[in-house]
Amino acid sequence: MSLHSNSPTGPIADRWNKHKAELKLIGPTNRRKYEVIIVGTGLAGASAAATLGEQGYRVRVFTHHDSPRRAHSVAAQGGINAAKNYQNDGDSVHRLFYDTVKGGDFRARESNVHRLAEVSANIIDQCVAQGVPFAREYGGTLANRTFGGVLVARTFYARGQTGQQLLYGAYSSLMRMVDTGRCTLHTRSEMVDLVVVDGRARGIVVRDLVTGELSVHVADAVVLCTGGYSNVFYLSTNAMTCNTTATWRAHRRGALFANPCYTQIHPTCIPQHGEYQSKLTLMSESLRNDGRVWVPKQAGDRRAPNEIPEDERDYYLERKYPTFGNMVPRDVASRNAKYVCDEGRGVGGTGRAVYLDFRDAIERDGEDAIRARYGNLFDMYQKITDDDPYRVPMKIYPAPHYTMGGLWVDYNLMSNIPGLFVAGEANFSDHGANRLGASALMQGLADGYFVLPYTVGGYLSGNRAEAITEDHPAVREALAFVNERLGRLAGIQGKRSVESFHRELGMLMLDKVGMSRSREGLEDVIARINALRSEFWENVFVPGSTASFNQELEKANRVADFIELAELMARDALHREESCGGHFREEHQTPEGEALRNDDEFCHVAAWESNGPGNEPTLHKEELTFEFVKLTQRSYK
Amino acid sequence: MSSRTINLTLRVWRQTSPDQAGRFEKYEAKDVSTDASFLEMLDQVNEELVNRGEEPIAFEHDCREGICGTCGIVINGMAHGPQHGTTTCQLHMRQFRDGETLTLEPWRARGFPVLKDLAVDRAAFDRIMAAGGYNSVNVGNAPDANSILVSRTVASDAFDAATCIGCGACVAACPNASAMLFVAAKVGHLATLPQGQPEATKRAKRMVDQMDIEGFGACTNTLECEAACPKEISTKWIQKMNRLYLKAALISDET
Ligand SMILES: Cc1cc2nc3c(=O)[nH]c(=O)nc-3n(C[C@H](O)[C@H](O)[C@H](O)COP(=O)(O)OP(=O)(O)OC[C@H]3O[C@@H](n4cnc5c(N)ncnc54)[C@H](O)[C@@H]3O)c2cc1C
Ligand code: FES
Repeated sequence: MSLHSNSPTGPIADRWNKHKAELKLIGPTNRRKYEVIIVGTGLAGASAAATLGEQGYRVRVFTHHDSPRRAHSVAAQGGINAAKNYQNDGDSVHRLFYDTVKGGDFRARESNVHRLAEVSANIIDQCVAQGVPFAREYGGTLANRTFGGVLVARTFYARGQTGQQLLYGAYSSLMRMVDTGRCTLHTRSEMVDLVVVDGRARGIVVRDLVTGELSVHVADAVVLCTGGYSNVFYLSTNAMTCNTTATWRAHRRGALFANPCYTQIHPTCIPQHGEYQSKLTLMSESLRNDGRVWVPKQAGDRRAPNEIPEDERDYYLERKYPTFGNMVPRDVASRNAKYVCDEGRGVGGTGRAVYLDFRDAIERDGEDAIRARYGNLFDMYQKITDDDPYRVPMKIYPAPHYTMGGLWVDYNLMSNIPGLFVAGEANFSDHGANRLGASALMQGLADGYFVLPYTVGGYLSGNRAEAITEDHPAVREALAFVNERLGRLAGIQGKRSVESFHRELGMLMLDKVGMSRSREGLEDVIARINALRSEFWENVFVPGSTASFNQELEKANRVADFIELAELMARDALHREESCGGHFREEHQTPEGEALRNDDEFCHVAAWESNGPGNEPTLHKEELTFEFVKLTQRSYK
Repeated sequence: MSSRTINLTLRVWRQTSPDQAGRFEKYEAKDVSTDASFLEMLDQVNEELVNRGEEPIAFEHDCREGICGTCGIVINGMAHGPQHGTTTCQLHMRQFRDGETLTLEPWRARGFPVLKDLAVDRAAFDRIMAAGGYNSVNVGNAPDANSILVSRTVASDAFDAATCIGCGACVAACPNASAMLFVAAKVGHLATLPQGQPEATKRAKRMVDQMDIEGFGACTNTLECEAACPKEISTKWIQKMNRLYLKAALISDET
């Protein structure tokens, strides 16, 4: 199989327009003859469904949540980037493009990233028209803040609840299409398999989470917008039901999984506090606009933070990276937090935390100004930790947060299975080996509002699919497969809870496939994951029946897929003999401990083909070429 | 953080399916860390149930950060429990005393049928949103964002309504199981902004009518909703919505 990105050629700034002009169109009255399935109602799914509905396609939308508005996008805090240059500080489409390619450590496709930067400005326009209550200046214009890895203020925000407000905007547009009858909504409906007919994606198998009933839905194209897989680490900042099932099942049906080892460990999260802990809570990166990161200079200094005098504090990010200071990209900030804790200078009960201190900002701007910017985050911090961040510095530590890897897609956001599109965090496309803050929301909405509506149409116009019924052998096979699998899970009746498997998997992954990876550790973990998979299928206990509301069964089905994905992540990390962005191989670092790339051998996308669990997957490479941004060693000094 | 452990007795509503009768069952929650969240305490109880081969207590949750609106348990008669302005998932065990008995029930309202144990069906809220809870604007025809000036106070006011997470605590707390605060927050958010003006009255009328169709009760101003709302949304939005609704009734061609 050879991989074609189908990227247009020519001057980078003209590519998307040229491509749009070449995509075939379907006339407005004919669009209603085509049916599109969208799985997921986060920013990517809701925006895609609404826009395709507006254009006149018949759209069926599925989510495992009880309402589209609950998708995990709702939890995004800090903001969304756009190259509006409203601050007149030198921003431009080119700069956003450049920052994103560099931030991703030169492992993303230039054409895609440029398109993202181009459409970013329209996203803000659309959101404002929908009624998203972005922060404003006194004169009534939109306000901006800065995020890591950049030197301009291009991030739009709605207090610390930007994702919520953007999602409600996309959701309202989706519900408008439900109102007109163009979109049909299926909530509490989990996609558990993909139906492929004659090599093309034609439908999905869905489990009704209330009754347990399985059904098949067929369409002309299927779009997966099912989010990321950080929950493979068990403890992450993702919501509890975030999962890989949709993407993993598509992978098992032939879709290539790209760069699974590119995961983002976010530097500012509330540290773990106990065994019983179920998830970790993010403290938005935007806090680094005003908070200063430090640890004591002396290892083992146990004094309360406010008792440590100024000259005995090490503001290590400001010291090591004077240009970017506390606003270095996430991978750099996380790695440095790990280093200082490894040196014994970490703080808090476990010694695995660093301070994020607002003392100076409060002195400079006053407590009210800080409250207006971050009030909800400070409240959340206080509810969880019982500490008052207006008085004592926050304690933070890195946690799994975002996954840059995902299903491989071409420039049209179509996977290698014709008719299967993948958007939002579920695809691999725009962030390379490290995502910059406030860029995921941008990408999800860019994909849904401005890319898919063109490219899905372009595919459909040339590919009128034959009608199929539920009697089709491929449909019957998929249904039988799912039936058997769920029956097996419920039938094992072993001794261990699903939760205990998930927790063990997460610990293995965090330890060996987390912030720092080595050949030895990866080889070891692959063997252990394999053993865990075998034990899972012999010894898991799932109470209740398959034909009912059964949350343990839902979890078991997801954890089974996480275990398989975990192995692929480790294999991908093992194959990539370099460090880049969030992927840090101990064997490959500069003398200062920064990521050391190997452009000669690894300037490619690693897209993996499944050969079934326990078997070595097949690697396909998409070479990356950099025509417009020069490959350099990243520097934030 | 000073971490202790406490023991609690739970009386939990168990109901296998919508059409079965429910009942309270007693469980012991032992050695619960006061730093744990309420849902982590329930996780602990559930893991013990599973280890004993029993079906765990069904409850809904997702973000566990107070933003998705999925969680919601009536604890000792209070929607989302005793802490003001806090969702069930953000409630921490340090709010409770050692040896306490807690009663856990689902949201109870005609508009929210119980699905299982503590989980209810809130799809009615989506149907209310589909009845006009939007600005009619297609992708592609939005003007430049800064061409619509919105003062800081207006944007902030709109945000205060827009922050509603649709959890349904207002309905659960209301003696009439009315959904007025939810609907008013959604109507108020858009009606406060210039972008939402063209459809403001029509929107209010359609959404309120849909609320009635869904079987939610009428508002008799008990203000219980405001007290239970984890996002502290003010009942002033209900007055604003009532004015829009009246206006819509006067301008009949707008409906
Ligand atoms: C705490 C937090 C804060 C963040 N803050 C920011 C920020 O400030 N700025 C920024 O740019 N990014 C931020 N991010 C990242 C960003 O929020 C996400 O990457 C983005 O929202 C993902 O959107 P999505 O539409 O791809 O997926 P999601 O929003 O995760 O939606 C996935 C959808 O798929 C559905 N689904 C999944 N699997 C199935 C299945 N098998 N069957 C049916 N339905 C399924 C779900 O129900 C859901 O509707 C943050 C992330 C976290 C965790
Ligand atoms: S679980 Fe999301 S608000 Fe409680």
